[in-house]
Amino acid sequence: MSTTVQSLVNQPYKYGFITQIESDTIPAGLSEDVIRLISAKKNEPAFMLEFRLKAYRQWLKMTEPNWAEVGYPPIDYQKIVYYSAPKVQEKKKSLDEVDPTLLETFEKLGISLSEQKRLSNVAVDAIFDSVSVATTFKEKLAKDGVIFCSISEALQEHPDLVQKYLGSVVPVADNYFAALNSAVFTDGSFVFIPKGVKCPMELSTYFRINNGESGQFERTLIVAEEGASVSYLEGCTAPMYDSNQLHAAVVELVALDNAEIKYSTVQNWYAGDADGKGGIYNFVTKRGLCQGVNSKISWTQVETGSAITWKYPSCVLVGDNSVGEFYSVALTNNRQQADTGTKMIHIGKNTRSTIVSKGISAGNSNNSYRGLVKVGPKAEGARNYSQCDSMLIGDNAGANTFPYIQVQNNSAKVEHEASTSKIGEDQLFYFTQRGISLEDAIAMMISGFCRDVFNQLPMEFAVEADKLLALKLEGSVG
Amino acid sequence: MVIGNSDVILSVKDLTANVDETPILKGINLEIKAGEIHAIMGPNGSGKSTLSKVLAGHPAYEVTGGEVSYLGQNLLDMEPEDRARSGVFLAFQYPLEIPGVSNLDFLRVAYNSKRKHEGLEELDAFDFDDLVQEKLGIVKMDAAFLNRSVNEGFSGGEKKRNEILQMAILEPKLGILDETDSGLDIDALRIVANGVNQLAHSNNAMLVITHYQRLLEYIIPDYVHVMANGRIIRTGGKELALELEERGYDWLLEAEAVV
Ligand SMILES: Nc1ncnc2c1ncn2[C@@H]1O[C@H](COP(=O)(O)OP(=O)(O)O)[C@@H](O)[C@H]1O
Ligand SMILES: [Mg+2]
Repeated sequence: MSTTVQSLVNQPYKYGFITQIESDTIPAGLSEDVIRLISAKKNEPAFMLEFRLKAYRQWLKMTEPNWAEVGYPPIDYQKIVYYSAPKVQEKKKSLDEVDPTLLETFEKLGISLSEQKRLSNVAVDAIFDSVSVATTFKEKLAKDGVIFCSISEALQEHPDLVQKYLGSVVPVADNYFAALNSAVFTDGSFVFIPKGVKCPMELSTYFRINNGESGQFERTLIVAEEGASVSYLEGCTAPMYDSNQLHAAVVELVALDNAEIKYSTVQNWYAGDADGKGGIYNFVTKRGLCQGVNSKISWTQVETGSAITWKYPSCVLVGDNSVGEFYSVALTNNRQQADTGTKMIHIGKNTRSTIVSKGISAGNSNNSYRGLVKVGPKAEGARNYSQCDSMLIGDNAGANTFPYIQVQNNSAKVEHEASTSKIGEDQLFYFTQRGISLEDAIAMMISGFCRDVFNQLPMEFAVEADKLLALKLEGSVG
Repeated sequence: MVIGNSDVILSVKDLTANVDETPILKGINLEIKAGEIHAIMGPNGSGKSTLSKVLAGHPAYEVTGGEVSYLGQNLLDMEPEDRARSGVFLAFQYPLEIPGVSNLDFLRVAYNSKRKHEGLEELDAFDFDDLVQEKLGIVKMDAAFLNRSVNEGFSGGEKKRNEILQMAILEPKLGILDETDSGLDIDALRIVANGVNQLAHSNNAMLVITHYQRLLEYIIPDYVHVMANGRIIRTGGKELALELEERGYDWLLEAEAVV
């Protein structure tokens, strides 16, 4: 394919600016002392320090995984800064007291935190480097008993709840990056929806990495009690640096009887330049536990950024009749690498899971789907349906599908469908011959390809996601 | 007919073009005026589809010589989408399938691209829907086709009718129809030909590529050109098509070889 398609996917990254702000940053490097320092800075309860140290000691014994279809030079964990927070640390009561530089930063990212302009039906927790700078609508949510705050705050105000659930879904030594996160995480969001409450608005966390040397290790914990429900969305961006930054997050979801959690991600970390220089290493562990009967956890992700994505949002279906869903669009361009997918672990009876994965690869990028469907011996009547579609743009992009299926119960039904298609020169010519620009042509085809996933996103974000993909692909075809 | 440069729609001079370094068009000369219908006939592989794609600006075809002027502009300098927006329409011999893009969206975006190019306001979904409903009648197409993906799972005949529907909406200045008749049964052929006749008028022109004179019983050409081996080897009136039907192409090819 000629250069026109290539030039289409290569739009400049518009969130690449750096905010000049004075920060409280500790020197690079990792040790028990650093962990004690972080815990002390955050004035954490004793159990938290124990949790961290236990994770750290396990991590020291572990080795970095290398089974994913991604390649990168070794990471020097002693060169990473594990704590960086904007000065003026004290969390503000009113948003209007938050450092204007920070408000401006989020404003520029399209996230308005100020009272007048913010989305009326979405509560936002804004996280800048290592700490949460603001959470909107807290009081309003509190009227319904909903807790939505940073995890640091939750550790101060609801330590029992945090202690009860933290690490209950992703144990400290679950995997290399989860262990690292458990040792050094600095902030993240905490959501608690009490029994019978339908959360009255969308909850959302916006992550921003600003510091060039700092890693981001956030920790999110969402608990929905019996009959509760919530829809949660996270968004992420980072400045453009020549160096790579590590983002190793852990997200844990717990759904009790009849509870429902919908977790959506629009990930747009900086992906590095056309030659693969810079960008975020996004090594994330996300897992939901459908603990109660009839509970439901649904992951929807739109992954467009990061130099490397390594991420498998999973559902552990313990409760009878519980439901797990995974809807994913992963787009890679230039030298980006993505190895992403899901795990559906069926343990309870009549558990059901659906996987819809759409991978789009352009440029010289490589995009792999890796999915595990496991049906345990007691999962009578379990069902899974998986559909994995890949779309290639240009001749140098790659796509792989690795479905792993393990069934230990004869009554289970597992279906898997896969397809690969390519946006060809003749198809594009058909559009241009009708007067439609290459950009619009690709946007239309991609949005058609991703429709099943976008339909799962909250309304406001579906449009955003559509635009984001179109932007990312500009310049990739021709 | 008025004589004068102002109503020349397309003028092709000594056009040569390659595909993958192989010369396919070897010196095409052609002039088409407003109000005219031209037919191009010729054996398989003679370069008819290549000519249509070169005129429309397909990136895989490399123009190696000659000139093409369209409404007084240098057509070869224009991007394919600008050619389309300025009124060049190609009904494809093999229309492409576009999964996931609805026929209606495709038509609307195409139509509005042209409106924008002309400095007109874009039509909203409702107004556009009215326009499409009106045009469906021209090719007797069912509205249900609008919500399906472009050409996906359409029969051969349905695809060809869909091409004419697009043409009806885009109202080209120069309509190029590449074997729009192939694969059509007689009823569909009548519908398609009828559609083309409704769309041809004194301000535009049609270039109809066909293998069979059958289509020319319904769309009456002013000129018939015979193409062979990348050149137009004979030009005549509509009676030339009949002669070709009776005698085949060989006599012409031999006559040319002798000359
Ligand atoms: N993409 C291509 N690559 C190589 N040869 C081609 C290509 N397209 C057309 N040709 C060759 O060009 C010649 C003319 O083809 P075409 O224009 O399709 O003829 P027609 O439409 O008159 O049947 C044929 O010999 C064909 O094999
Ligand atoms: Mg042909």
